[in-house]
Amino acid sequence: MRKTLVCVICPNGCHVEAEVQERGGRLEVLEVTGALCKKGERWVRQEVVEPLRTISSSVLVEGGDFPLVSVRTDSPIPLDSIFRVMDEVKRARVRAPVSIGQVIISNPAGTSCNIIATRMVNPA
Amino acid sequence: MKIKKAKRDVVVVGGGPAGLAAAVSAKKEGAPQVLLIERGRVLGGILNQCIHDGFGLHRFKQALSGPEYAQRFIDDLESLSIDVMLNTMVLSLDGERRLLVSSKDGLMEIEAGAVVLAMGCRERTAGALMLPGSRPTGVYTAGVAQTLINLQNIMVGQEAVILGSGDIGLIMARRLTLEGAKVKGVYEILPYASGLPRNIKQCLEDYQIPLHLATTVVELHGSSRLTGVTVSRVDEARRPVPGTEEFIPCDTLLLSVGLIPENELSREAGVQIDPTTGGAVVDDTLMTTVPGIFSCGNVLQVHDVVDDVSEEAESAGAHAARYAMGRMSPADTYVQLRAGKGIRYLLPQKVSGQMDFVLSARVTEPMENKALVLRDQNGKGILRKKKIRLHPAVMVRVKVDRDRLKGANRIEMGVE
Repeated sequence: MRKTLVCVICPNGCHVEAEVQERGGRLEVLEVTGALCKKGERWVRQEVVEPLRTISSSVLVEGGDFPLVSVRTDSPIPLDSIFRVMDEVKRARVRAPVSIGQVIISNPAGTSCNIIATRMVNPA
Repeated sequence: MKIKKAKRDVVVVGGGPAGLAAAVSAKKEGAPQVLLIERGRVLGGILNQCIHDGFGLHRFKQALSGPEYAQRFIDDLESLSIDVMLNTMVLSLDGERRLLVSSKDGLMEIEAGAVVLAMGCRERTAGALMLPGSRPTGVYTAGVAQTLINLQNIMVGQEAVILGSGDIGLIMARRLTLEGAKVKGVYEILPYASGLPRNIKQCLEDYQIPLHLATTVVELHGSSRLTGVTVSRVDEARRPVPGTEEFIPCDTLLLSVGLIPENELSREAGVQIDPTTGGAVVDDTLMTTVPGIFSCGNVLQVHDVVDDVSEEAESAGAHAARYAMGRMSPADTYVQLRAGKGIRYLLPQKVSGQMDFVLSARVTEPMENKALVLRDQNGKGILRKKKIRLHPAVMVRVKVDRDRLKGANRIEMGVE
């Protein structure tokens, strides 16, 4: 079976075709065509089996010069875990100062990622 | 009232991605006194509210968020001890590069050796669309909604419709969904999406948000708060097709319907504006038609990728520094660049032929398996780039070697 996917890795947005086969209840990618780079090819192989995404949001800051600190996952997480991760992000609080890269939540919703701060927040 | 006076080699107007890169580059090029002026209270501009990732893939080989990307340049700025004025507004700029600025310390007149315009752009608003119906609250531009949600912790609504498929609208569709709102759909008047294909995938399809093409909002409903919108299909001339109207209940309408370069200062200084880009007419040094005034970033042309903005701004900053230090020899003749078949615009609009340059272009409509071809006044081919896919949402950037321009006095780029 042939699948057409739009790669989300970079702004090129390659329209990639993957030849996919089901074997023992699992999908297997036989061939990938149309990706402009190796990363895209790897992305397609992953996407067919289990789509992964990076997500960004913000977390409430106490005592900071900004009310929120922007955060993101430091590695991609399964697409179907996003809303469970977001539930934890919404409940989180952090006290200023916050630095870029600071881990705000470790392994949210049982994923293997960290939620890290992506901006600096100074004390108010 | 006494007005303070100052002199600087290079003054950069705007502390967003373009201004940051231009200031750093001007300093690195050797300009002794570089001043960056920002009207907001922090540097970084629009990047502060762009908390999604995907910035810096080209430049840093990493998918950074907007604030992280900005911080890299802010760190450079600090390590180079570049002067920054925050909370400061440039009130006027004249053709002799004199700026009148206002800050909490009062007014100041600055004489600049060179000026880099990096004011960015603003959003087209509801008023510009002349939507029929009532005027309830709940109608926001996508960027304002982004500021409210990402920087001020204010949720804009619970059931949203998005008009326009520009990237900010797509990003906000995902953001609203993650924050618990229901996005009923994205409506685009054109027969194709205006945003990047990757954003259609990861912002809409991932969350099963429908995208309706050749469809637009034709009426707003509600007295105090928005209660819904009427959408309608449109024909090829973008006129609503009678009988296709549908009422969509919602409390929020986000508009992602275009960006307008903020060139009020540029016009005041006498800079010629290109009606197609809405930005300055520039040469291959990114100098405008006013000597010593340069332009870069979204005030010059609306970009889709910040890495391109940084690259463009670095070029403008370096040339501004050279101009200020008397190290730039003005070109006596220019090769004119023209948009040919299938091309909406080309930038720069003219080149000296003295240096290699990056040519930016946008096509008029989506096309497949074509070539972008540069030809001189005699139709002789100068450069040919094969493209599997061309899309108006994706800016084309082509490096052009100066040696290829020999003998040309007019160049046209077309899709063949």
